[in-house]
Amino acid sequence: MSTGSIAAHGHDDHAHHGPTGLARWLFTTNHKDIGTMYLMFSMIMFLIGGSLILSVRAELFQPGIQIIQPELFNQLIGLHALVMIFAALMPAATGFANWMLPLQIGAPDMALPRLNNWGFWLLPPAGTILLMPLVLYLFGIGTGGADAGWTLYPPLSAQSGWGIDFAILALHLMGISSVMGSINVVVTILNMRAPGMTMMKLPMFAWGWLMTAFLLIATIPVLAGAITMLLTDRHFGTHFFDAAGGGDPILFQHLFWFFGHPEVYILLLPIWGFIPHILETFARKPMYGYKAQVWSLVCIAALSVIVWAHHFFTAGMPVQALIYFMYSTMSISVPLAVLFFCWIATIWRGSMTFETPMLFALGFIILFGIGGLTGLVLADVAADAQYHHSYFVVAHFHYTLFAGGIMGVMAGVYYWLPKMTGHMYSEKLGKAHFWLTVISFNLTFMPQFFVGLAGMPRRIPDYALQFTEFNVISTIGAFALGLSQLIFVYNVVTTWRGKGEKATDGVWEGSKGLEWQLSSPPPHHSWDPQPVIK
Amino acid sequence: MNPAARSQANRALALRLLGGVAAAFAFGFLLVPLYDVICEATGLNGKTRGAAVAMADTRVDTSRKVQVEFISTTMPGMPWEFSAGEPRVSVHPGEITTVHFRVRNMTASTITGQAIPSVSPGKAASHLQKLDCFCFKQQTLAPGEVRDMPVSFIVDARLPDDVSALTLSYSFFAVDAAPGDAGRS
Ligand code: HEM
Ligand SMILES: [Cu+2]
Repeated sequence: MSTGSIAAHGHDDHAHHGPTGLARWLFTTNHKDIGTMYLMFSMIMFLIGGSLILSVRAELFQPGIQIIQPELFNQLIGLHALVMIFAALMPAATGFANWMLPLQIGAPDMALPRLNNWGFWLLPPAGTILLMPLVLYLFGIGTGGADAGWTLYPPLSAQSGWGIDFAILALHLMGISSVMGSINVVVTILNMRAPGMTMMKLPMFAWGWLMTAFLLIATIPVLAGAITMLLTDRHFGTHFFDAAGGGDPILFQHLFWFFGHPEVYILLLPIWGFIPHILETFARKPMYGYKAQVWSLVCIAALSVIVWAHHFFTAGMPVQALIYFMYSTMSISVPLAVLFFCWIATIWRGSMTFETPMLFALGFIILFGIGGLTGLVLADVAADAQYHHSYFVVAHFHYTLFAGGIMGVMAGVYYWLPKMTGHMYSEKLGKAHFWLTVISFNLTFMPQFFVGLAGMPRRIPDYALQFTEFNVISTIGAFALGLSQLIFVYNVVTTWRGKGEKATDGVWEGSKGLEWQLSSPPPHHSWDPQPVIK
Repeated sequence: MNPAARSQANRALALRLLGGVAAAFAFGFLLVPLYDVICEATGLNGKTRGAAVAMADTRVDTSRKVQVEFISTTMPGMPWEFSAGEPRVSVHPGEITTVHFRVRNMTASTITGQAIPSVSPGKAASHLQKLDCFCFKQQTLAPGEVRDMPVSFIVDARLPDDVSALTLSYSFFAVDAAPGDAGRS
């Protein structure tokens, strides 16, 4: 990235700050404050979602039913997934977008600051609405939280209690929030770039987010439509998914996955955007294949909306449709392989150092690679008949979503934390966190591939005796994984509160890009006037 | 660009994107009729015709025999006993066949039900032509009432050669109760 002319704009602008305390956070339209709130919300929900699933793993430690009854079990798995996807991963990406996009493209703020504030403040009520029925249930009140899995398939979701209605409302709110966030990102990137920054000079992170934003705008409304139909089926006598009235439950699967498959790319595209920044920083080499990466991101986003039915091959489809969805799904691995190639070429023969962000980025490449390869196996129609709805699928999407998603986000947190806070985190704790995470992650999910191949179905509180050993390992791994994350929380919180040495403006020796030209932390109002890119 | 012009441009682009959101929402609902049209046109999903065929191809192909198997299911919340008279029949393509299903209302109240047919394999669905079927209309049974209900059908001679057996399945749903109520009661 070429150098901008920097207006020295120091800490002398306290006059703009306005309210302090709670009011500051409630009414703030500053992109950095809003970004911070998104990231904090995400971390809290990550811990909640993790606790939900640790109780599930405890139940699965041994065959038989020990501590959790099936009714509660069903609520825990579905809410775990909804919390992790909609309240942990998506807000983390939006948090980074808020913090870093304006800094990276030389904009003074996000384009629509008021919308930005509303977008965030929809989330805490949505999270509460999603989880409240579960909490009430634990006190013996009501029918419990949503218990039809995160996919909410009818007829089950049409029949179960009012936790579903709450989940539908929460999903609407979170959907509106992310559509608002996306509109803001698109307008910011298209309209607010520093003079001279052409689209082909955009930081890769901006390209990743732009694709995510378009996918959200195209698919969240379809999900909103599907869950609205579910709601009217439940309460207002419509029959969209009710076979007795001429409807069809399979229709829901089409509508859901028309959103659901792009959603997995929505979660990852921003991460595929900033991983190359981390790699080029710590390999001290320019990013390899900028154009190839941009076009791969565009291709993946486009392909992701035409492959959805690979999630229900076994629901019954004509052979022609099976073949189409199989090959179109597999074709996504071509641009994905281009990305992998560019990532590896970026670090090839670089003078690498292995600070925590780089460790997480490298761990991300290897483990996410396993997730992608097992996805190819699942895309094979003939093989999928065996693997569908087994623990193999669970392992596959955790290699993509935990290793690809959460570990990617953590790479980003460690990378930008010194910039955001002005202080260095503890490198020792960061490395400990990385190694414990990688080991316990594999301990948790690797056995699930084998137990899935051996025939253990997912979403079930009890299992046959021969699966016991694998499940014991998996549960031990899961608790180790959960506890390791407390190191991360401690490290982030203490850094935020000012522990650790002061960070320089560049922070990392090899850092490139506009955000590193500002002070650490950046002034409350930055890039005003905008830098000029040559 | 001066701040006023920029915020004007930002608002204009945001509104255009909002239009995109509205279009996507409408598209979601458009998928519902589209899905039905595709299912009907292709016979995917085992959907058979909802009404009697006016004219069926009745040339009998005596060189072939096809097994037709029957499945009868009652959905949750439907307190009826429902069974096929015979589990399967063997027919020549083109031959008119009539079989009976029996329902019994096991409760002390009057209940209305609707049977939903489905044929597998899906590609055979359009070749199973029903001349008369209890599924064409709702059935209302008095307390304890038993009813024998006929289905007359033809497997037409254009049934693909590689299909030697097909399954006709009926699921009986209670009509009055909304699905949500059925599960919770
Ligand atoms: C080359 C890349 C990939 C291919 C070919 C692929 C293929 C598949 C297929 C065929 C399934 C359905 C398996 C079944 O239910 O029987 C599946 C499930 C899943 N995949 Fe992937 N996948 C890929 C990458 C990803 C990525 C990048 C993510 C997430 C970021 C992801 C997340 C998921 C999730 C969440 C599910 C399970 C959904 C559920 O049933 O609850 N996959 N994948
Ligand atoms: Cu998918």
